[in-house]
Amino acid sequence: MKKLFAFLFTCLVAASVWAEEAPDVMVKRVSEEVLDIVRKDKAIQSGNPNRVLELVDAKVLPHFNFRHMTALAVGKDWRRASPQQQQQLMQEFKTLLVRTYSNALTSYRDQTIRYKPFKMNPGDTDVLVRTEVVQPGNKPVQLDYSLEKVDDDWKVYDVTVAGISLVTNYRETFAQEVRSGGIEGLIQSIANKNKSLEANPPTKVEKK
Amino acid sequence: MTVMAKFSEWGRRTGTALAFCGAAALASGCATRGDNPKDPYEGFNRAMFAVNEGIDKAVAKPVAKAYDNAVPLPVKAGVGNFFGNVGDLWTGINNGLQGKGDDGASDIARLLINSTVGIFGLFDVASELGLEKHDEDFGQTLARWGVDDGGYLFWPLIGPRTVRDTGGFVVDAFADPVGWGIDPIPVRNSTIALRFVDIRASLLPTDKVVEQAAIDKYSYIRDAYLQRRRSQIFDGRPPKLQEEDY
Repeated sequence: MKKLFAFLFTCLVAASVWAEEAPDVMVKRVSEEVLDIVRKDKAIQSGNPNRVLELVDAKVLPHFNFRHMTALAVGKDWRRASPQQQQQLMQEFKTLLVRTYSNALTSYRDQTIRYKPFKMNPGDTDVLVRTEVVQPGNKPVQLDYSLEKVDDDWKVYDVTVAGISLVTNYRETFAQEVRSGGIEGLIQSIANKNKSLEANPPTKVEKK
Repeated sequence: MTVMAKFSEWGRRTGTALAFCGAAALASGCATRGDNPKDPYEGFNRAMFAVNEGIDKAVAKPVAKAYDNAVPLPVKAGVGNFFGNVGDLWTGINNGLQGKGDDGASDIARLLINSTVGIFGLFDVASELGLEKHDEDFGQTLARWGVDDGGYLFWPLIGPRTVRDTGGFVVDAFADPVGWGIDPIPVRNSTIALRFVDIRASLLPTDKVVEQAAIDKYSYIRDAYLQRRRSQIFDGRPPKLQEEDY
């Protein structure tokens, strides 16, 4: 009986560890999964935008917190936006980011990702997972993910490439748009950008 | 010509040209003070940005593309490694000036290994031995010494530089072994041109992303440059900004 309890207890602990996958393990698992698919999928390699979007939608987006990302990009004007405007901003910003960066996946060829040593304290709810994209004949590019704990899951809220945050880099532009056209003006200008990207889909990212 | 004479001649030319541009920038900048504190010379910068876009579209980008398509990867890698190796001397000196003696020593070790075992720097053997390549220049050294960035500037051909980093760039040019170390002037100029094409070609994949991501390309590039510099100054680990909250 004692043994059975011990066994059940071990299972419980194991299960809860499994549920709380460490952030660095999660980043590594998702990256490798996605790159593995890209390596095998000819349609993605030839730049088919729909296939890439499907892949990103299924594998990558569930691990992102777009609400936090949008709030970070909009900055102090975020609190002045109504809940409905926040929703619209989030939707448009998500579309913009996903379109832009999914496309970068199609140019993926023989780069590898190096995962840097990761340390965190037991109670941490906000961490940085550091990686490096190694490409033959080129300097490695630093690629860092900021993650926060939402309930029991880790969600990415910022991605930094070579020291440039893909999220906060919009802050000045967005603030400028709000100054000239208000929150509505900002929503409109992101929506317009998305429409023009949709009208002229990038045929193919330049090959390396 | 002695090395010192060549050194000063190269520096004098570069310095004069930049001093002239600098004066022009400040003169027109004062007249066009914008409302962004990070970009006080926005009017001048946007004009220069437009000029640069024109030059880039007409000359620099097509040449870089042709180079990228025509030259096989191993040769491109060799060219990139060669200039990287030449740059390691100055990187090491800057690490020393910033008080990072260990990093500086590692840069000089890289230079020695790559110049010999790596055949004049064509192969980056040192990286494979675990000596990491660093990214330093005099602008970063000035920043570590506490010099303020002085506002953002955009130059044709050179691209984005803050006032401090424009000064740093002049010093980098003085110190550049390609500038003072190559004797026949045509060879020197071709080498400088090749380096320019190599750098431009390495930025080609970024173009498309910026083109797609940016709502205002000028400010997207400006803010990316400022973030990148901040990251470089803190060697890839910049402290979090207060303003990153919302």
